[in-house]
Amino acid sequence: MSQSVSLKPLSKTALEVPFSGIRRFFDIAASMQDVVSLGVGEPDFATPWSVREAAIYSLERGQTTYTSNYGLLELRREIARYLNKRYSVEYNPDSEILVTVGVSEGLDLAMRVLLNPGDEVLVPEPCYVSYKPCVALAGGVPVSVETRSDAKFAVTADQLKAACTAKTKAVLLGYPSNPTGAVLSRERIVEIIAFARDRGLYVISDEIYDRLTYDGIHTCVASVPGARDITILLNGFSKAHAMTGWRIGYACAPEHILKMMMKLHSYTMLCAPITGQVAALEALKHAENEVENMVAHYKQRRRLIVDGLNKLGLTCHMPLGAFYAFPSIESTGLTAEQFAERLLMEERVAVVPGTAFGAGGNGHVRCSYATSVERIEVALARMKKFMDKLS
Amino acid sequence: MPKETPDEILTILARDARTSCETIAKMTGRTVEDVEKAVRDYEQRGVIKTYFTVIDWEKTGCEKVVAFIDVKVTPARDVGFDAVACRIARFAQVQSVWLVSGGSDLRVVVEAPNLRELASFVSEKLATIDGVTGTTSHFLLKRYKEDGALFFDSEQDQRLVVSP
Ligand SMILES: Cc1ncc(COP(=O)(O)O)c(C=O)c1O
Repeated sequence: MSQSVSLKPLSKTALEVPFSGIRRFFDIAASMQDVVSLGVGEPDFATPWSVREAAIYSLERGQTTYTSNYGLLELRREIARYLNKRYSVEYNPDSEILVTVGVSEGLDLAMRVLLNPGDEVLVPEPCYVSYKPCVALAGGVPVSVETRSDAKFAVTADQLKAACTAKTKAVLLGYPSNPTGAVLSRERIVEIIAFARDRGLYVISDEIYDRLTYDGIHTCVASVPGARDITILLNGFSKAHAMTGWRIGYACAPEHILKMMMKLHSYTMLCAPITGQVAALEALKHAENEVENMVAHYKQRRRLIVDGLNKLGLTCHMPLGAFYAFPSIESTGLTAEQFAERLLMEERVAVVPGTAFGAGGNGHVRCSYATSVERIEVALARMKKFMDKLS
Repeated sequence: MPKETPDEILTILARDARTSCETIAKMTGRTVEDVEKAVRDYEQRGVIKTYFTVIDWEKTGCEKVVAFIDVKVTPARDVGFDAVACRIARFAQVQSVWLVSGGSDLRVVVEAPNLRELASFVSEKLATIDGVTGTTSHFLLKRYKEDGALFFDSEQDQRLVVSP
């Protein structure tokens, strides 16, 4: 045993950033048996085999080195081709695309290259749990813009305007949304871009769920007129390609911004793991059918779960994207935390309380439908028992 | 030319034939009556042929002998391979019959309770059909995947119970 020392306290910034509201839930659920989980934020599919096989071959060939800081050029070219073909946006693979360690790293880099201490970032909520902490860790101040269920959780330009101050530096959009499944229409994006340009703001757009839209094709924020030069576009392979564990994403931005991101990335990450990059390349080149097949599954499960939740009196609009339903639990008279905790303890169904996703999340829970039809039906049956007991 | 996209009802049933019409209705956003009618219609038109279960018989200790038999056939005037193929298909032991390209003409899957019965089926019934000029049998030794189902340990769900 070493002698006790009185160490100086840890970083104030680190101490002040709260733990995710999801953690507490995870700890309880993980200790229980026979839990049906609607709390999972990742696909239930394993990575398509052709992608895994490409990675295995690359290991056999000894591809175990660093790559360029930007990432493998072939992968960046394929990303450029994908964005161009699907959304008609052009990014130069040599200087405007950076392969990151997931969208997670892309978010962190974006905040750190944009923000000076005290700069404000408008963050529509409920939103992905990392957004506000990433802003805060970069010295910025996240400003919540609460969206509401009657507006299907889609932020408007007017709401952003109302929250904008002289200190506002950027807007962080995350659509299709985790946890609400909301998407933004093209017209809405056009208005937001006009507002951002008017105030000289940057836009960070996390489009990790771009392929998971069910009624019409996603609008890439960078594709609307005037958006490209003010936007940092983030995307990755975790969701559509069922590749969460590979940790591969990418950031696209005008050269002067992307170069700064690459600089920070070169010091803190050096490069994204090569095996994951090889896998991502294969995913873009040859996994389109598998992506479409997975999307077809999610689409069917989405209808199943939304129908089931509504029949239980947990009113829920049809989410347009991602793989989450975000029903209101107000009819139960419980808070989101109480609802989620009791549902877990009494019926062994895990959902995530909406409060974990910030303002506007209370009164709601997030139910992931990245799980099999069979499991969804079991979960709904257990939830019915729970609701019957409550009434 | 763009292919027709398959009806979701069929893709769901092809995945799991036990999916009830109620569940299919919810999954596709159609009414239960609508789905029931469509399924009945598919059955009547012979689009849906049958519903069956993929079973690992070996695990039950009552495995049958299976052979894949390549059959060479002299095609007949007007009916080509159809007459012989239909003749073969009518035997209960025959699970599948396909016309294939390559060195032989028909590929036949035959199932029998034991090797002796299988051998006698091939030599006495199959090889003696008019128009059949030769057979080559391949016996099934081990199943790895059948009708989309893996016969080795498939992957478990290894995800955390709750994640962001
Ligand atoms: C909206 C959103 N952005 C980013 C991420 C993180 O993605 P990655 O695995 O690419 O780091 C997630 C994962 O849940 C997410 O839901």
